[in-house]
Amino acid sequence: MNHDNYDDNYIRGILNGVKSIAMVGASPVNVRPSYFAFKYLAQRGYDMIPVNPGHVGKNLLDKPFVASLADIGRPVDMIDIFRNSSHIMPVVEEALRLDPLPKVIWMQLGARDDAAAAKAEAAGIKVVMNRCPKIEYGRLSSEISWMGVNSRTLSSKRAPMPTQGMRLSLNRTSLGGGETAASDRAAKNKTDPA
Amino acid sequence: MTDRLPGFSTLAVHAGAQPDPTTGARATPIYQTTSFVFNDADHAASLFGLQAFGNIYTRIGNPTQAVLEERIAALEGGTAALAVASGHAAQVVVLQQLLMPGDEFIAARKLYGGSINQFTHAFKSFGWNVVWADPDDVASFERAVTPRTKAIFIESIANPAGSITDIEAIAAVARKAGVPLIVDNTLATPYLIRPIDHGADIVVHSLTKFLGGHGNSLGGVIVDAGTFDWSKDNKYPMLSEPRPEYHGIRIQETFGNFAFAIACRVLGLRDLGPAISPFNAFMILTGIETLPLRMAKHCENAKAVAEFLSGHPAVAAVNYSGLAGNPYNNLARKYAPKGAGAVFTFSLKGGYEAGVNLVSNLKLFSHLANVGDTRSLVIHPASTTHSQLDDAAKIKSGAAPDVVRLSIGIEDKEDLIADLEQALTA
Ligand SMILES: Cc1ncc(COP(=O)(O)O)c(C=O)c1O
Repeated sequence: MNHDNYDDNYIRGILNGVKSIAMVGASPVNVRPSYFAFKYLAQRGYDMIPVNPGHVGKNLLDKPFVASLADIGRPVDMIDIFRNSSHIMPVVEEALRLDPLPKVIWMQLGARDDAAAAKAEAAGIKVVMNRCPKIEYGRLSSEISWMGVNSRTLSSKRAPMPTQGMRLSLNRTSLGGGETAASDRAAKNKTDPA
Repeated sequence: MTDRLPGFSTLAVHAGAQPDPTTGARATPIYQTTSFVFNDADHAASLFGLQAFGNIYTRIGNPTQAVLEERIAALEGGTAALAVASGHAAQVVVLQQLLMPGDEFIAARKLYGGSINQFTHAFKSFGWNVVWADPDDVASFERAVTPRTKAIFIESIANPAGSITDIEAIAAVARKAGVPLIVDNTLATPYLIRPIDHGADIVVHSLTKFLGGHGNSLGGVIVDAGTFDWSKDNKYPMLSEPRPEYHGIRIQETFGNFAFAIACRVLGLRDLGPAISPFNAFMILTGIETLPLRMAKHCENAKAVAEFLSGHPAVAAVNYSGLAGNPYNNLARKYAPKGAGAVFTFSLKGGYEAGVNLVSNLKLFSHLANVGDTRSLVIHPASTTHSQLDDAAKIKSGAAPDVVRLSIGIEDKEDLIADLEQALTA
């Protein structure tokens, strides 16, 4: 898997396939990106589970916080990690002890740990790094175009009006898959600090 | 499996536009409304808190405008765009995100005269200090860099003389200085040059010109390339620091590679107010559908007219970078292989007087202060667009007193040449 540049069909397959998402590092503070993403994904019909040992006993949008992945107590399709790159490995190791294993491990925008990704992939888990599922969902459904964002997709079909709790179609025509040339440059600039 | 990448003309027609969800309307509707109802209180709060995607009020965004924005972002290869009321508004909004009072930005000396005025006078009262550099001397940009430099601003094809800027060389200076490169791509349009492919971090346009293309609507746009890391130091607090107006949200952390476009919308447009009207957004969007056809014709006509003028005995010099022997011809071949644009200048052996006579003798060319119309246009920059500059600055910016500027339209080229011929001999 080329983690600098994902094909849209890879991301689309993941977002169409998973039903439950455990969000590690979910915050109850309503200006944190994890709160936005949690709320958006819940509104788009995903079964969301907040994981954060600091908030056990509280709820996030009516869902009770659990302290760890092991405490979820039921199978979960995807783990979305809202932690800095340096805190990814222990979460992946914890995920690899789950039975059944999750199908997908997703690391948030700005987070990347290639060694952790390789470990998860060796166990047959799909990995996405340095992306936000809210942004990717909004982009592939073109809901995000309301903000002037380049969805890099086209469709000549009439779209339904999105409402609360509704899953949107992600199956638009992608413009050449993954990324714009410019975003590739951004990824490259990061690893090449010249 | 990777889907195929549609070509430029397909994007010019389709990008951003989908049949209307409620009515099925295929052309993009003009959403001529100030405001949009919320589903409930929570929806309203999520929209205001930047947590949900959606429409609130047309000063912040509008669905017709959003189609225009996505279309241009796709054509330029950017991650997102923001449309505003004019090209000048785009420049204010961009720099407001980047500069604090006392900061500097470096700008190429060859710019549209209105931009030179805006940078020199209007921005001075904001405490934003422009430092001029020579686009034909890349080292002059390097020398202009100081610890207060926050951005570099150039035009891809410069107004009025149509000279071509070495974008890649200046992008390298910007990268070394750790500041974004802003390229005004108005005269080229993404059909001729895509500055992001050459290292630009931000692209701005006056949509009033070739993108709208019909001389009927003002507009401007800002395109975010998604390439700049705003948080690597604390140089760009609008993007990297918690924003008090949004309960402490950090824009880059929340919006990733389209954070700059979002900052321009929610911190710039929202608070400064230069919104584009939905009707203008619609007119410009309709214009863009034929951009590739028009630009090809503009360039073909411009080359023919430039060739005619260079062979005319009354003409002293023609500054069209598409002509062999022009000092910018190599750069034109590199950056604009499909054509060198349709705005250029020439000077007459009879000097200032002959220029003034020519303008009044023309019958098909319109004498007015615009470029990039379907109609052919003519102006004498020294007495109009560049009149506020002193003589030395006029010459440096390519608007010497004996210079006439043409913007070649999409009429039949034989008719344009015949009009110039009669006006030159009249
Ligand atoms: C290159 C260039 N940039 C910016 C502008 C300003 O655009 P507007 O008139 O839409 O504010 C113009 C207008 O002539 C222009 O030619």
